[in-house]
Amino acid sequence: MDNFLKQSWAGLRILLALTVLLGVLYPLAVWGVSRLPGLHDNAEAVGTTLVAVTREGDKYFVPRPSAATLPASGGSNKGELNEDYTKVVAERRVAVAQREGVSENQVPQDAVTASASGLDPHISPEYAALQVPRVARASGLPVEKVRELVAASTGGTFTTTVNVTALNRAIDAATR
Amino acid sequence: MSPLVAGLVQAGILVAALAVVYRPLGDHMARVFEHKSHSKLEKAIYRFARIDPDAEQKWSTYAYGVLGFSLVGIVFLYVIQRLQALLPFGFDRGNVGPAMAFNTAISFVTNTNWQSYVPEAVMGHTVQMIGLTVQNFVSAAVGLAVAVALIRGFVRHQTDRLGNFWVDLTRGTIRILLPIAFVFAVVLIALGVTMSLKSGVDVDGQTIANAPVASQEAIKELGTNGGGVLNANSAHPFENPGEWTNLVEIFLILVIPVSLTRTFGRLVGQHRQGYVLLSVMATIWTAMLAVIWGAEASGLRPLEGKELRFGIAGSAIFADATTGTSTGAVNSLHDSYTGLGGGGALLNMLFGEMTPGGVGTGIYSILVMAVIAMFLAGLMVGRTPEYLGKKLGRKEVTAAAVSILAMPAVLLVGAGITAILPSTRGALNNPGAHGLSEILYAYASASNNNGSAFGGITATSDWFQSSLGLCMLFGRFVPIIAVLALAGSLAAQKKVPVTAGTLPTTGPLFASLLTGSIVLVAALTFVPALALGPIAEALQ
Repeated sequence: MDNFLKQSWAGLRILLALTVLLGVLYPLAVWGVSRLPGLHDNAEAVGTTLVAVTREGDKYFVPRPSAATLPASGGSNKGELNEDYTKVVAERRVAVAQREGVSENQVPQDAVTASASGLDPHISPEYAALQVPRVARASGLPVEKVRELVAASTGGTFTTTVNVTALNRAIDAATR
Repeated sequence: MSPLVAGLVQAGILVAALAVVYRPLGDHMARVFEHKSHSKLEKAIYRFARIDPDAEQKWSTYAYGVLGFSLVGIVFLYVIQRLQALLPFGFDRGNVGPAMAFNTAISFVTNTNWQSYVPEAVMGHTVQMIGLTVQNFVSAAVGLAVAVALIRGFVRHQTDRLGNFWVDLTRGTIRILLPIAFVFAVVLIALGVTMSLKSGVDVDGQTIANAPVASQEAIKELGTNGGGVLNANSAHPFENPGEWTNLVEIFLILVIPVSLTRTFGRLVGQHRQGYVLLSVMATIWTAMLAVIWGAEASGLRPLEGKELRFGIAGSAIFADATTGTSTGAVNSLHDSYTGLGGGGALLNMLFGEMTPGGVGTGIYSILVMAVIAMFLAGLMVGRTPEYLGKKLGRKEVTAAAVSILAMPAVLLVGAGITAILPSTRGALNNPGAHGLSEILYAYASASNNNGSAFGGITATSDWFQSSLGLCMLFGRFVPIIAVLALAGSLAAQKKVPVTAGTLPTTGPLFASLLTGSIVLVAALTFVPALALGPIAEALQ
């Protein structure tokens, strides 16, 4: 027991020393480096397109459904055999089909499933294509122009995705 | 690129990157713990702590060091959470409640990083930095230290000294974890991860919570900790914004546990002893990736709970890495996985976190399993088993058995009681077999110090907070004490010369024996429970 107390005492002192190093100096050093131009905007998420935000109005592209209750990020955590949730997904499918004026079997999966973060900024190219006619109609932009904007917001190395946040800002710029 | 090819390319990049750093990092870690002299910074720390860094310790003193250090860590972390309102950068998030603070303090000190709290609403930047980030480093360094002590038990002979815990702890932190974490924190920022002292940022009229993410993200993955700076963890775009950060984070999760097999081989003076362990880890890890990825790719709603930028493959590789190590960070929601996919992630933990396991914990767990495997082989051929020139007698095998059995014992007792408590029903997010999986997953995660969750479960009641806290505590420290006792009795022995009767432990026979032991122990212990949860769901 004496030895345990002696070791705990040493442990407390080591912990305090390491807390200064790892809990104060280390994060502040990383923060300091993040003030450099080129890193600063990433660090502060200036003008970020990393997160999706639902924009009101038919002239905007709609991101994936979100199960998050902000400020907490998160998803539904529903399993695929959860019948209640299967109904929710089916209702979403009906709503999307109605909104875009297409049949239900044309609605892609990402349009009806909630992402893990609830902030997923991306949709599939299929879901974007589905929304182009409505956005064109509501924004007054030619369909061709909307398609161009979609293409400009499409990217990805392994998975091709469309960034809705960037795309909706491009719609804003084009309709201003 | 088809999704299959894209996934294989990502896995290929990952393996290539790990292969490149395997030798240099593994050798560096070996040198760190063999080195005779101390740096200036280290000397200053030892002086401040009034420690003689050149005094070597017996196994019991080494264990007291681990326990004492962890105890003060828990108390410190508990106190600063309870007093959060007094600390700067708290953003009116207030003091953390007692049950939650208890659970979280144990969770981070045991390298589990189970999170019953919502960071954006509960945890201010100060506690995240001076509390959680610090434990992300030192709990990983404790794992490294215990691993090194066990390896010394095999290497040394006729001594009662295993090294100095404080020196191993400090060196692991300063010479291994800190420099790598710093470099990768900056790399992550360059790739889009945030690093802000503000509480949030306005995006098109919506406030999105922000935090000093990058500094914690790097060590969270590197130290196989896994506690998200933000609630969605590595699924959050600020923690893991793209395909490349995703690969970087998976790389960080795997790099130390994998490279430690090289460190081990070097320290025992025969690299092939390390490669054979790596081959076992890699075989099981790859098989589990195939299960998880295959199951998810053929699910009914594969994109539920997954981020589009990672896709199914990028999510499955992350899930396999995070559960095969004791990390527990997630970039997709395992609760929404298929019965087989989620069951695969669960089984990965039930293997006892040794494929490749957490920082330090992985290598010491697989060495303990090697002792068990050699014992079984010894029973079959009727001679006293040996491993790495040490006899495995009653003391050694008992210590190994205690170490291996601690996790299933606390897991099954905890999950069993929880399953019959009436209050549990209201805590579950899914009905039927999947609900039982949520319970099993929670206790498997806590007992294995993983920290990932079938996140739909509401584990904030006093019962969950305290029982999961105890599972984390026993799942961490019972094996550590047993491992150090094992190290002590191994170090005290003479070296046994290799004879014609010695079973070689560098070839495929030993690799199969070890793989079989890992799978068999997990299967014998957990098949009944798995049958009622994920297996039942997968068969529906």
